[in-house]
Amino acid sequence: MDDQTNEHEPKVKIKIENVFKIFGKHPERARKMLADGVSKDEILKKTGQVVGVADASFDVYDGETLVVMGLSGSGKSTLLRCVNRLIEPTYGRITVDGVDVVEMDTIELRELRRKKFGMVFQSFALFPHKTVVQNVEFGLEVQGIDAEVRRDKATRALDLVGLGGWGEYYPDNLSGGMKQRVGLARALAAEPDVLLMDEAFSALDPLIRTDMQDELLSLETQVKKTILFITHDLDEALKMGDRIVLMKDGGIEQIGTAEEILGKPASDYVARFVENVDITKVLTASDVMKKPTFVAFLRDGPRTALRRMRDAGLSGIYVVRQNHELVGYLSAERAAEAVKKEEKWIDHLIDGDDVPTAALDAPIRQIFPLVADAKMPVGVVDEKNILRGVIVRGSVLGALAERGEYND
Amino acid sequence: MTDLIPQIPLAAWIDAALSFTTTLLSPLTRAVSGVLSTGIRGMVDGLVFIPPWLFVIIAAAAAWKIAGRKVAILAALGMLLIWNLGLWRPMISTLSLVLISTLIAVAIGLPLGILAALNDRFFSFIRPILDFMQTLPAFVYLIPAIPFFGLGAVSAIMSTVIFSIPPAIRLTTLGIRQIDAELIEASDAFGSTTMQKLIKVQIPIATPTIMAGVNQTIMLSLSMVVIAAMIGAGGLGGEVWRAIQRLRAGAGFEAGIAVVILAMILDRITQKIGAGRQRSVVTGDADEKSDDTSETDAA
Repeated sequence: MDDQTNEHEPKVKIKIENVFKIFGKHPERARKMLADGVSKDEILKKTGQVVGVADASFDVYDGETLVVMGLSGSGKSTLLRCVNRLIEPTYGRITVDGVDVVEMDTIELRELRRKKFGMVFQSFALFPHKTVVQNVEFGLEVQGIDAEVRRDKATRALDLVGLGGWGEYYPDNLSGGMKQRVGLARALAAEPDVLLMDEAFSALDPLIRTDMQDELLSLETQVKKTILFITHDLDEALKMGDRIVLMKDGGIEQIGTAEEILGKPASDYVARFVENVDITKVLTASDVMKKPTFVAFLRDGPRTALRRMRDAGLSGIYVVRQNHELVGYLSAERAAEAVKKEEKWIDHLIDGDDVPTAALDAPIRQIFPLVADAKMPVGVVDEKNILRGVIVRGSVLGALAERGEYND
Repeated sequence: MTDLIPQIPLAAWIDAALSFTTTLLSPLTRAVSGVLSTGIRGMVDGLVFIPPWLFVIIAAAAAWKIAGRKVAILAALGMLLIWNLGLWRPMISTLSLVLISTLIAVAIGLPLGILAALNDRFFSFIRPILDFMQTLPAFVYLIPAIPFFGLGAVSAIMSTVIFSIPPAIRLTTLGIRQIDAELIEASDAFGSTTMQKLIKVQIPIATPTIMAGVNQTIMLSLSMVVIAAMIGAGGLGGEVWRAIQRLRAGAGFEAGIAVVILAMILDRITQKIGAGRQRSVVTGDADEKSDDTSETDAA
């Protein structure tokens, strides 16, 4: 995971710089008071100005899913609407692919909305008088695209969200989850670069919501989009977001990955926000594993293997091939026996079947039982079965304690 | 009071303003008057030319198609009764006045309603005027129409249009304004122009409410056209007016009942146009499709 981000500098898709949205006739006064550290409620009481967004700045990288999270009234939906100017920002600069959105005139803005953005709404916002496919092709229709071409693209978008064959129905005939699939298809139909999702799954039942989240995650791998995702649900944020922006009272409290937000909360507010999160769902095997410093290679003799174990103070050792592909586990007893018998190879001694292994991204909740039952450390392997780390009982508890979970 | 403070000569002012505008607009009003009276005469003559039995059949068939069997039977029986009472020609004349007034009121009212829905300033300008128009006693509209258009059907139509236009404007505005904000946002977010948004989203979604306004406009027209008999509109109202002057209760009731029948037929049919449109537009063939939905869900 880490080496991926280091490989190349991420390209900035949307840049939000010092954006304010103040509702009212005297934004300048509110802005000054904000700079002096006066609270949002205080400003409302004294000046009648409503602070929607207060000095928000962050970048959205090309291809990432950035989740903006906060409670209701934190300004997250307002901020999202500033990006495509459904709401005009009062101050600040927003650029998309380096072009200033705030400076655009009506025609440029319309083009931007048509070509760059697809938006998904909390209560679906499907047009009740249009059929599903007419809804999906709406963005193409207003662009004046030929009826056949747009029907084609709309049908493809519907297939993509798993609603092929539902085109001729009216939205009223669909369930909530299906309606939001239509909403998603409508946003995808014009093949925009960016999806703006405003609490897109918040109105759905928990089970359907989980389905939709999984669906969006898998969709993301098919159509590489930059996604700006708004939610008030921390679990959803942790699940969907490559990075998370946490907002409070219109301002930004913290920006970071799920682990950074959970592990190093930037303020008491964030800490309180995340304290009820079940950290065992969030941390993965790769977060708690230790580097496999001591391994035996398949070519090694039993003597070498035994010496390695002794050096490390282990009662057994993982055996790997030259390329670190996991072969199995060798216990000290067996190695010692083989030394006594003066055997040359260890390959027939290796226990290859009962070795507990976990994938890199397995949540540690799943690993607990493995760790508890196994007589040996749990091996962490990647998709090519390369041994990337080991987990021993202590390391899980240690990782949790570090994050403050078991302090009390 | 009257001794200390001289009475404000409001009536005199209004009269003066009226006579000034009458002279100023006389070429225009004369042209309008010419066109309208020709139109009314043509329509009445045309409708009267149709034999009553054929008219009843056509009307009943139309009612069946739009509003179902019950309304069709009501329309047929009602119109046969009117025919039997010897009120056929006045009924046709009243119907023509209502249809022409409604047409004009809707043609003016819808654009104003749309404008008021889209423009806050125009909305706050027109709202008190509409309130004023709706609370002013209906009779008052009759008087200024006379100096402009003289006694007769044209004055009747003019005062009827003014009296019946508020609901067309109000409900158009309401229908558009009450559309869910997210739908408007969706329309904007996908890059609609103002006109695209209006035609593809706002008007279709507001149509049921707009049709409710049109229905009310028709009902108000009918009531006003009857009152307008006082300035020589003729028709069923004329029969009532004559019965009042001669104190003939029986004849008055006959004409009154004919008005009620006409009102019921028009109301049922136009209500169905609004509601029927809504159903077919929103849910399509609901029965057939909901079956499909449940099957797929189960699978």
